Amino acid sequence: MQLSREALLRAYRQMKLIREFEERLHIDIQTGEIAGFTHLYCGQEAVAVGVCEHLSIEDKIVSTHRGHGHCLAKGCDVDGMMAEIWGSREGLCKGKGGSMHIADVDKGMLGANGIVGAGAPIAVGAGISCKIDGKGHVAIAFSGDGACNQGTTFEAMNMAVVTKAACIFVFENNHYSEHTGFEYAVGTSKDIASRAEAFGMKVWRGDGTDFFSVYETMREVLDYVRVPGNGPAAVEFDTERFFGHFEGDPQRYRGPGELDRIREMRDCLKKFRASVTEANLLTDADIDAVDADIMATIENAVTKAKAADRPRPEDVLEDVYISY
Amino acid sequence: MARMMYREAILSTIVEEMERDSNVVVLGEDLVGGMGTAGGPEAIGGIWSTSVGLYGQFGADRVIDTPISESAIMGAAAGLALTGKRPVAELMFADFIGVSLDQIWNQLAKFRYMFGGKTKCPAVIRMAYGAGYNAAAQHSQAVHQILTGMPGLKVVMPTTPGDVKGLLRTAIRDDDPVIFLEHKALYGVKGEVSDDKDFMIPFGHARLSRAGQDVTIVSTGLLLGFCEAVADKLAAEGIGCDVIDLRTTSPMDEEAILDSVEVTGRLVVVDEATPRCSLASDICAMVSEKAFASLKAPPLGVNPPHTPVPFARELETAYLPSIPKIEAAVRKVLSYR
Repeated sequence: MQLSREALLRAYRQMKLIREFEERLHIDIQTGEIAGFTHLYCGQEAVAVGVCEHLSIEDKIVSTHRGHGHCLAKGCDVDGMMAEIWGSREGLCKGKGGSMHIADVDKGMLGANGIVGAGAPIAVGAGISCKIDGKGHVAIAFSGDGACNQGTTFEAMNMAVVTKAACIFVFENNHYSEHTGFEYAVGTSKDIASRAEAFGMKVWRGDGTDFFSVYETMREVLDYVRVPGNGPAAVEFDTERFFGHFEGDPQRYRGPGELDRIREMRDCLKKFRASVTEANLLTDADIDAVDADIMATIENAVTKAKAADRPRPEDVLEDVYISY
Repeated sequence: MARMMYREAILSTIVEEMERDSNVVVLGEDLVGGMGTAGGPEAIGGIWSTSVGLYGQFGADRVIDTPISESAIMGAAAGLALTGKRPVAELMFADFIGVSLDQIWNQLAKFRYMFGGKTKCPAVIRMAYGAGYNAAAQHSQAVHQILTGMPGLKVVMPTTPGDVKGLLRTAIRDDDPVIFLEHKALYGVKGEVSDDKDFMIPFGHARLSRAGQDVTIVSTGLLLGFCEAVADKLAAEGIGCDVIDLRTTSPMDEEAILDSVEVTGRLVVVDEATPRCSLASDICAMVSEKAFASLKAPPLGVNPPHTPVPFARELETAYLPSIPKIEAAVRKVLSYR
């Protein structure tokens, strides 16, 4: 199905927003002003956006340590996220979560997660909720090729099948679980979707560097899972991680020229631009205008984050319990 | 008031709360039991008989019989709680937190804090704990000393059927994650239970089960009954014991303990946890810090030894705090002048 001009612009805008959010963090983290651990999503934008462009606010997602892209794609506030990563009191989580724990439950974003593989069981619970409510909403567990080796992910897949949870396991294979190649670490046939298939799920595969592949694949997956009684499904997207596992990772595991090559050949933003301009759906000028707007949005977010109120020492005691 | 067993108080509270609020769902292994067998659903009804009949009354959407997947059960409870449900999940044996601790400790307990207070996580995790059944090292442990130290969790340890009723209802209606620890050896104990379908006992309010002026004994669960027996025996000798049933270890009613120790000056804490970093060591330290001037004797803990729970009858008996051991501890603190 052909996307409208408006939908194409929106999809590009979302991907560009994630890209520039991450590129800017990559620069700012090097100054030492941002504390803690940060894992950048750069390169995988087509997956988050290709999935989340199908979702309503009632659909839920559970994310990973590499979660900024999922959060932005699901509608989390850009300024709030930047302020959170800068550790501000005005951040989305008041500076208590940071990069690895950004969440906005009201937007259906049930949290990034610092524990690899912890998200899938939570998504099963959310998917059971969706099933009980019977309104065709779904819960999505984003996992990587690292998390696919955790027992929690196996338990979650089986439990989702047994309980017919309205749950989708989206595996983003960026080829590296931290600093280890998936061809080493993913034992079974070097393929993740086949594992999900073995648990009794219908599975799909797509090109995670191509927005249109992700978007069209997810349309099929969602059409299936939104039908009451069908239960869960899984999809594997082959994608690329442009930065290291964490910011500061020297990436000695990369092959010669690998980063240049994937930036040149496997960049979802470049592919999108080429595809829509060749098909005369959007012009370079349309896309350049989005680019300029996003750069301003990010600059503004950083300016606000730097100026935002810092947490007060007494804030450490708040928000542990609702009542105690 | 009605007279019923501890396990019946659990089941009837769950039924009442499920009838009252359609968002209350239960999940766990063999909670229904018999699924996928010739015997059919409800062939079991939970190994502790604390879910008998739920499936028939409330159906598969709200009574979720799970595979043996403790991490997924705890994670699913977290996901349900984040999306508007009030899950009551059963971990068949408290010892199985080892399998599922990440979902309890790093997820459920921390969501609200990590997310800046912008969510609630109203999950109850029920689990059967405690020794006395010769179930050996992996099916007999007390785990409250681990869970009580985790910020974000509330920890409940009811002793009587009447308290089960009031505390479990509070747990289910609470918007924070609650660990509800049920002592295996108490499931069959009978007691008076309120008929009021809104009867609730607030967390952090201890119960004084015996009153006296000479020694403060703090405990909860199975061992509380042992403490009462010691208090009753000593009462005949003219020695008065305050026996405080903590009810909840997080929050903990420090005030009740301190108020009592200020009168008695002597404290014995009887705890089923192993001694290091235990409830007993925690309370003894707290009292030493906050009521030092009132103390007439060093606070004393009665715990099992620093060993796994043994299997054989003689060994398990030697392991557990007992009436003679508690009596000896009380006499020891009384011996200081």
